[in-house]
Amino acid sequence: MARVTVLYFASLRDAAGVASECLETEAPDLRTLYESARTRYGFALPIDRLRVAVDGAFAKWGDPIRDGGEIAFIPPVSGG
Amino acid sequence: MNFRDAHDEREMKKFALSDNPIDIAPLRGALLDARAGAFASFEGWVRDHNDGRAVRGLRYEAYAALAEAEGERIVDEALAKFEIVDARCVHRTGELAIGELAIWAGASAAHRDAAFAACRYIVDEVKLRVPIWKHERYADGAAGWLHPQPEQEKPT
Repeated sequence: MARVTVLYFASLRDAAGVASECLETEAPDLRTLYESARTRYGFALPIDRLRVAVDGAFAKWGDPIRDGGEIAFIPPVSGG
Repeated sequence: MNFRDAHDEREMKKFALSDNPIDIAPLRGALLDARAGAFASFEGWVRDHNDGRAVRGLRYEAYAALAEAEGERIVDEALAKFEIVDARCVHRTGELAIGELAIWAGASAAHRDAAFAACRYIVDEVKLRVPIWKHERYADGAAGWLHPQPEQEKPT
């Protein structure tokens, strides 16, 4: 069991109804964590359209979840 | 402040997010250099239409910690890739009206080709990689986040 903070941005935040939340999770990796959030909140975006970051740096979906980590799901960006 | 502190601070400031209107003069001023014979800049403005719809205004939101780190990386890449003296980029966050400056990038170089190329590279990469999102409000009352697919991206 790991305790993590998850950040939601843009359409993910609108769908989740929160900008961030603290979770206790048994997900083995970031991919599983996103899929469970997607199911819970009905996110339209499939995982292959997103990137993921841990503690302010880009990470890989297969990375394990570390206790105390801050995880951000990054939907397709539209700056500029 | 000793030389090292001043140097480190300068190194950290090549890319910035700004919640306030971008003031161009100090950005351009920071790039003035005796070695530079050329300066190029790019300004991205908020336009009144997108994808065939009338736009009334927009809001940019960023994941600030990662956006600043990735933006800094992009300007560093431009410095390594092109024969430029220096470069800067600032991206707005918050509410913007039609015509407002959304992004500014500038590069100084000995010769103009590198300055143009570096500017283009910085803006292109920022649009692709930096975690900033645009929320548009349309004339018909609708609003929504833009999450473009790579093949749907259009030059602005």
